[in-house]
Amino acid sequence: MSLKKIHDNQPDKFEFTKANLELADKILKKYPSDQKKSAVMPLLYLAQNQNENWIPLAAMKYIGKLLSMPYINVYEIATFYSMYNLAPVGKYFIQVCTTSPCALRGSNKLVDICKEKISNNQNELSQNKLCSWTEVECLGACINAPMMQVNEDYYEDLDETNTKKILNSFLEDKPLKPGSYRNRKNSAPEKNQILTNGHKNA
Amino acid sequence: MPKIFINNNEIEFKEGMTVLQACELAGVEIPRFCYHERLSIAGNCRMCLVEMEKSAKPIASCAMPAAEGMKIKTNTKMVEKARKGVMEFLLVNHPLDCPVCDQGGECDLQDQSLYYGFDGSRFKENKRLVKDKYMGPLIKTQMTRCIHCTRCIRFATEVAGVSELGAIGRGEDMEITTYLEKSMTSELSGNVIDLCPVGALTSKPYAFEARPWELKKTESIDVMDAVGTNIRVDSYGWEVKRILPRLNNQINEEWISDKTRYACDGLLKQRLDKVYIRKNNQLVESNWDDAINLISSKIKSTSSEKIAGHVGGLSSFETINSFKKFLEEINVKNYEFREKDFYVNPDQKMNYIFNSSIQGIEKADFILLVGTNPRHEATILNARIRKTYLKNKLPIFSIGDPGDLTYPYKIVGNKTEDIQKILDGKSEINDLLKKSKNPLIIIGESALELKSGKYIFEGFKEFLYKNKFINEDWNSFNILTQNAATVGALDLNFFNKPNGRGSFFDKMNNHNFDLLYLVGSDELNFQKNNEFIIYQGSHGDRMAQIADVILPSPAYTEQNGFFINLEGRLQKAFKATNPIGNAKEDWKIFNLIVDKIKNKNLFTNYKTLIEDSLSKIKENKNIDTLPEPQIKKINLSSGNFYSEQVLIRPIDYYFSNPIARASKTMSDCRIEKIHNSENRKTG
Repeated sequence: MSLKKIHDNQPDKFEFTKANLELADKILKKYPSDQKKSAVMPLLYLAQNQNENWIPLAAMKYIGKLLSMPYINVYEIATFYSMYNLAPVGKYFIQVCTTSPCALRGSNKLVDICKEKISNNQNELSQNKLCSWTEVECLGACINAPMMQVNEDYYEDLDETNTKKILNSFLEDKPLKPGSYRNRKNSAPEKNQILTNGHKNA
Repeated sequence: MPKIFINNNEIEFKEGMTVLQACELAGVEIPRFCYHERLSIAGNCRMCLVEMEKSAKPIASCAMPAAEGMKIKTNTKMVEKARKGVMEFLLVNHPLDCPVCDQGGECDLQDQSLYYGFDGSRFKENKRLVKDKYMGPLIKTQMTRCIHCTRCIRFATEVAGVSELGAIGRGEDMEITTYLEKSMTSELSGNVIDLCPVGALTSKPYAFEARPWELKKTESIDVMDAVGTNIRVDSYGWEVKRILPRLNNQINEEWISDKTRYACDGLLKQRLDKVYIRKNNQLVESNWDDAINLISSKIKSTSSEKIAGHVGGLSSFETINSFKKFLEEINVKNYEFREKDFYVNPDQKMNYIFNSSIQGIEKADFILLVGTNPRHEATILNARIRKTYLKNKLPIFSIGDPGDLTYPYKIVGNKTEDIQKILDGKSEINDLLKKSKNPLIIIGESALELKSGKYIFEGFKEFLYKNKFINEDWNSFNILTQNAATVGALDLNFFNKPNGRGSFFDKMNNHNFDLLYLVGSDELNFQKNNEFIIYQGSHGDRMAQIADVILPSPAYTEQNGFFINLEGRLQKAFKATNPIGNAKEDWKIFNLIVDKIKNKNLFTNYKTLIEDSLSKIKENKNIDTLPEPQIKKINLSSGNFYSEQVLIRPIDYYFSNPIARASKTMSDCRIEKIHNSENRKTG
């Protein structure tokens, strides 16, 4: 991982939509009124959701003002956590897990396919501006390795052919169904052979 | 008191101390980078690791609270190995090019690497590269040298009160930066240079000027404001290279303001080094004999009522004393030290000093600022108020709007009526004031400049005395003076009576004086008519331009001098370099003139000058002590009330005296500040 770069083209203004402002109020109520800045992380996430999956500087200033905390502290937090994107990502943001279990099951091939299909470098938009990809650390689905996360969904038990298929579907803006690509139910065993305490698929 | 064992020696420590502090009590040195006694504890450099019995791993002594019966060892193999390991890790990404680094010779990393480090490196990979950051005209950055101790961030948020520095990114990619690379909007920003244990933040004006070991170090006193900050003047030959703070817990702790630190390059520019006489409306180079002859003949031919003297805010106590003696010798009674006409009452020392003392601010539980902006008038004192605010969260009120003071306060009002309400006990803050034990009322010069100046001054004094806030233990009546010379000049009664209002300034502005003798005074608001002006000082500033005779005299780093700070504390400034050119010390110049006119000496030598001067100090003659509280006999009086706005006179902070105006660094800061404030308006 390298230091996250701030995007060059920044919007001038950012404001929460009415619905998000209500949500923000709800979040703020969880914290004591003199500890408002505790809400900085959920609010940053809210801003990211509202602004096509990335946080512009204007949003950091806006949140800083909203929580009456110094801008620099919001900025520190936004650059610290890897799940805040500070530059635009594609409509389909693909995160490939490359931690040891996935690496053992061939995640490097997934990375190669991403480079070929989407863009040569991480965090770069594809030519049709729909996708971008990045390597991430363990996403906690090692039993379904190798896997990748696209926006909120996990695509699991991948190999070269179905990864290509999946990526193509995103590039065409017709996403395939998430889940296991070896027809497993979640992380259950592949063949219904093993019985544990008399239960199937335990 | 609880006890702790350090290297098998039993030692008592105070509850709440850390292991590192206990080790210091035992006289054991613990290396450290991130720990600083005046900042909060971070515990992230790991250099202070020590061994604790029953702990499998070494502990970070700066963050571990000391406890009864702890057994700490600092001289074992484990500690040595831990230190070597930490040192090796710190140097992994630190460039090993000390010869080209400005911190070399006074670098904590260099020193500690020598004493606690490993003699080689096993790191063969590429070092990380970090882009340098822009932090304004004062701080030069080389961010590859940063070891992420976060001292600068903690200083900015805690002491300076500007949350503008931060650490972005994480792990290897962590970087220290200001928000979008702006300069810090603080008058204390220069202190991060002293705090930085490596060469990441160094002084921009001092870059590649000298090595610390070639400089002559002189311990002295600052004159940029009335606080009397303790400084160390580092000079090379005749040049003052830099100014550093000196530890004094009673005044400045270990901070100094940017003006104190960086105005020193003004000592090299715009200097008066030769005698000048105006001929045919042009200043022509001349010599001492001609000038003294001209001055003495002018003095002889002018009636003494038409002669006036004015002394500037940077003058030492001896200078004012010898000037006064000189003026008395030629029967002149018009003399003045004030730049603006404000009310003074010199009956007692208590009437013109900061009675609660700077250290005493920390005991306060209520602060009322009356027509003052301590951030610009006395930066270090303001830092102490902020420290007290952080510790006690005390209520702070202001009359008049001073702008951002780095701590929250409430404006009671902007009119003298609001003061009247407080004095009559009808204001909303009276209840709080009554309940407080150690209130602090700070009256600024801006309030005393008003027509109701006397009313405000005497009114508050009476109010506080009657409410028993002026007593043996606590004197809540404080005057915040702005110039280094002010308290000394008041001790010498160097102003026109009665109580100085009007007379001098009226006469000056009505052009009643034919001869004006100015000693280092450039702040006077004065239009020249037909006056003959003698300017004696160090810098060719506003008044030297209109002078008829210019006599060069040394600046504050070039002659010994006593200064009495705003608390009434007598301190001595020492000569660091020789005066430049033909400059003569102030008292010697007066001697020459008197010798010419009356054929006698004012002072036979420096010793008699000192003895005479010290004998004239009111109440407190000991060096570096506070005056005893004199509250047995308090004279009360009253003044007339006028309905007025309380406006706090804005100070051009970076341009407030001739030395600062001559300084390029100060001028850069001023431009940067104007630029920043314009940006803030639009963005």
